[in-house]
Amino acid sequence: MSANRVRVVVTGLGATTPVGGDVTSTWTALLAGQSGVEALTTDWIDTVPVKFAGTAAVDPAEVLPRPEARRLDRSEQFAMVASREAWQDAGAPEVAPERLGVVVSSGIGGINTTLAAYDTYRERGWSRLSPFTVPMLMPNGPAAWIGLDRRAQAGVHATVSACASGAEAIGYAMDMIRAGRADVVVAGGTEAAIHGLNIAAFAAARAMSTRNDDPAGASRPWDRDRDGFVLGEGAGIVVLESEEHAKARGARIYAYCAGVGYSADAHHITQPEPEGRGIIMAMTHALTDAGITGLDIKHVNAHATSTPAGDVGEVQAVAKAIGTHPLVTSTKSMTGHLLGGAGGIESVFTIKALQERIVPATINLDNLDDGIEVDLVYGENRPLPEGDIAAVNNSFGFGGHNVSVVFKGA
Amino acid sequence: MAASEQEILEGLGKIINEITGIPASDVTPEKNFVDDLDIDSLSMVEIAVAAQDEFGVEIPDDQLKNLKTVKDVLTFIQA
Repeated sequence: MSANRVRVVVTGLGATTPVGGDVTSTWTALLAGQSGVEALTTDWIDTVPVKFAGTAAVDPAEVLPRPEARRLDRSEQFAMVASREAWQDAGAPEVAPERLGVVVSSGIGGINTTLAAYDTYRERGWSRLSPFTVPMLMPNGPAAWIGLDRRAQAGVHATVSACASGAEAIGYAMDMIRAGRADVVVAGGTEAAIHGLNIAAFAAARAMSTRNDDPAGASRPWDRDRDGFVLGEGAGIVVLESEEHAKARGARIYAYCAGVGYSADAHHITQPEPEGRGIIMAMTHALTDAGITGLDIKHVNAHATSTPAGDVGEVQAVAKAIGTHPLVTSTKSMTGHLLGGAGGIESVFTIKALQERIVPATINLDNLDDGIEVDLVYGENRPLPEGDIAAVNNSFGFGGHNVSVVFKGA
Repeated sequence: MAASEQEILEGLGKIINEITGIPASDVTPEKNFVDDLDIDSLSMVEIAVAAQDEFGVEIPDDQLKNLKTVKDVLTFIQA
């Protein structure tokens, strides 16, 4: 690593999730082991085999001014709420518009808008569509609206890679700052995909839990009785900044965003590669990029979605790429899986874990599956050691996209 | 039964408040949408769509661009 390379720090955090409407309430709920997964009572529930999800704890349409909320898809509403929290948390940095960027992504885009607009078009004709239908359904919409909100001009991007989208956004944002294209970047992921069609489609792929008699127990990464992922919704956003810019304004620094590793499986459109070569490559690249070794990593916020195929393979890859020593957890056991939002909220959680030196326990892990050698955190929260610490957030997506982001304690 | 001008004005005020956040009490006949209420052309489309639902009167695009003031809309809906 070049000794004089621009270092990137995290100065602001924002989140709205199934367990809380902001970072503080969400983190408190995670440390208390609370599930945000509940039975759904929507009108389409009888048409799908999965009858529960992690609905956002706070409806974003109730938080935003009404005229703004009606022009935003729900995924954009989440992103706007979380980005404003992160921006305020960062102390609303003064930065020239041409040095401010945004990278915010979703996996699926404004699908609630797409489907509702299709109904309007079919039933009442084109002229009844909102003139804002296109910016509500386009997958770059969340990034674009945040860019407008902040007057960002250094570049506004959306990195779409299914469930790796949010993590990829944070990696790309870090690269923007390192490349000298921006001093401050608002980055993260958002998703609002709790809709009958999405649940039907993921169920058709046999990817979802159908534990309808126990919604809060349905997301159970690494448990022998796991049977698929649980859909969640919300957004997680961070404010990244060059260390020089942050220090010059006396900003509080949560952590360093120290490295990112990307890879692609080139194996199967939805199935994980059985040897984990792609995800090992992503983690290894991230360590190299951060200029550290596996021994420096004390914590991993795993992708672990509670699917039979993915969970064990991931921690076996962690053991090979990093070692068996890090404290590994899956916060998806509480939030469900936010798809493109996952990398956003889980980066926030990884940073909070470093800041407070505590790892929230995975819930619902009653019977540990075979083949796991890493130090999983379950039963109770575990402290991180004193001294220099670093952590990895993993996110993997349909399509074989793998992203690992390394954060280092401040 | 046709709505009175006052009823239409109140309905239009509610629609404009919903879409733009402008207080309904600010929506008075003499106001110009662009100069006084700062309402852009896409918002006018939203207002026209909502007015169609509320009053059952379709406002074609080539007519919409001629409706400069609140009074113009009231007159159009009553015509």
